Amino acid sequence: MSENPNIPAIEMRGVNVAAMRDASFIVVEDVNWSVAAGEFWVIAGQEHSGKSDLLMLAAGLMPPANGSYKLLGTDTKDFGEAELAEQQRVGFVFQGGNLFNQLTIAENVALPLCYQKNLAPDEAAPEAKALLALMDLAPLADVTPANVAANWRQRAALARALILKPEILLLDNPLAGFGARHSHWWLRFLDQLSRGHGRFGGKPMTIVVTADDLRPWQNARRKFALLRDKKFIPLGSWNEVETVNDPVVKELLAVPVELAS
Amino acid sequence: MRGNLAKAFELTNTQVFRRAALPKSCTDLLGRKLFLFLLTVQGLGAFALITLGVVLRKSGVAKNVIRPRIRQEIARAGVALLPMFFFVALALGFLVVGQTVSALAKVGAINYLGSTMVIVVVRELGPLLAAMLVLARVGTANVIELGTARAMGEVEALEALGIDPVHYLIMPRVIGMALGVFALTVYLIIGALGSGYLFAFLQDVPLTPGDYFKQIVESLGWLDFALLALKTIAFGFFIAIVTCYHGLAQPLRLEEVSRVAVRAVTQGVIVCVLIDALFIVLYLLT
Repeated sequence: MSENPNIPAIEMRGVNVAAMRDASFIVVEDVNWSVAAGEFWVIAGQEHSGKSDLLMLAAGLMPPANGSYKLLGTDTKDFGEAELAEQQRVGFVFQGGNLFNQLTIAENVALPLCYQKNLAPDEAAPEAKALLALMDLAPLADVTPANVAANWRQRAALARALILKPEILLLDNPLAGFGARHSHWWLRFLDQLSRGHGRFGGKPMTIVVTADDLRPWQNARRKFALLRDKKFIPLGSWNEVETVNDPVVKELLAVPVELAS
Repeated sequence: MRGNLAKAFELTNTQVFRRAALPKSCTDLLGRKLFLFLLTVQGLGAFALITLGVVLRKSGVAKNVIRPRIRQEIARAGVALLPMFFFVALALGFLVVGQTVSALAKVGAINYLGSTMVIVVVRELGPLLAAMLVLARVGTANVIELGTARAMGEVEALEALGIDPVHYLIMPRVIGMALGVFALTVYLIIGALGSGYLFAFLQDVPLTPGDYFKQIVESLGWLDFALLALKTIAFGFFIAIVTCYHGLAQPLRLEEVSRVAVRAVTQGVIVCVLIDALFIVLYLLT
């Protein structure tokens, strides 16, 4: 909507989140959550705790089952053609990438730009190439996703989400299944985006990621929340996370749990 | 946008019925079948109207992306099927036209040849056969492609990028199939009439090519051309609607794709027969 920095990027009040595959099933209840512009949030939770559904709702891909959700100041209940501009201010990276299998990596990355700006493939190619180079994906530009390893597909999905220069970036479990090398690249790159990357206007990007392992995300600048038993529980900064005496948090931090004898 | 697909599918959550245990009594089973049928009709109707709305409203949106996709679909549902249609035209000519010409000549009713050919080939067999072949070759591929795309999360990815899935995935297929069925029907009819005469000629039927084609031309009215165009475009449009609807309806699991493909083809055949029946009524009324 407006560029006013006082308007929260994400604002949920009493939101119930339904499952993407079954709208009658509520996975998270009564979410009260506000994300200011430029913040970096990590939403942790075990499998099937509703992380992906919450993130999809945050992207405006589905309406809240209850409550009100404002994305960049616009109520998503009324999201339609007129709010397309708001949708383009949000980038979404699915777990696994969800790339289009019929298109090459370069075509996947260029597609949002070609569609939204009505550009011919040749006109969008320089921008796509620059992003692919930034992600070390240039050698894979003409390969289809089925022939690319999962970690590179995920990077291609990140490039595709960033080509429209979004203000908010939502990433669903971006480090799932990655080794140390790729995890390190992702953490470093997301940190650059969070501080303001020159390629994307230098403005700090609002970032929300979901995770099933909290350890890689240790950083004083990040904010944390937990999804447990259908509840959204804000945890605060990393220092507060470390002091939380919650078995699920302990599990996500991989702290050894004492077994009953 | 987000609403377009959701609107059509939230109306018709048929999976609830399909996955439920079978009812014990026959009347309950019949009731469920009837209810499923009505829900499917409602869903298909809503989907057809939404697609038509998108075709009309967004014809000028993202032309650089959509037009190549439309050309691609015309090639897939039209040009790529030409060799098969050439073969089918020969077979149709032999099976129907050749034998009819020969039979009419034997009973001295060769003067009725033109009107018989127009009714059998131009009005009925040509369009229906073309529609069935496109349904079998391209419609099934549509369901499997879209079902797999749905199962792999590509539809959600499109929505996340602000791309209307109906505009990007459905509209090119609808236009491609409508034009494809129309063009292929014209080629099929011309090929069948031509090859039919060839087979009649080989059977020594006393009919010159001039007389044969003159009779056909005299039996054709402007209404035949207009209704042929309308009917084939309707066939293509609804084949695309039925197959795309089933490919995209409800988030699918990969193992459900083949079952849904069979259901889509069955419904496609039923829809084509119903459209054909509607046009027979139109022919009879005019």
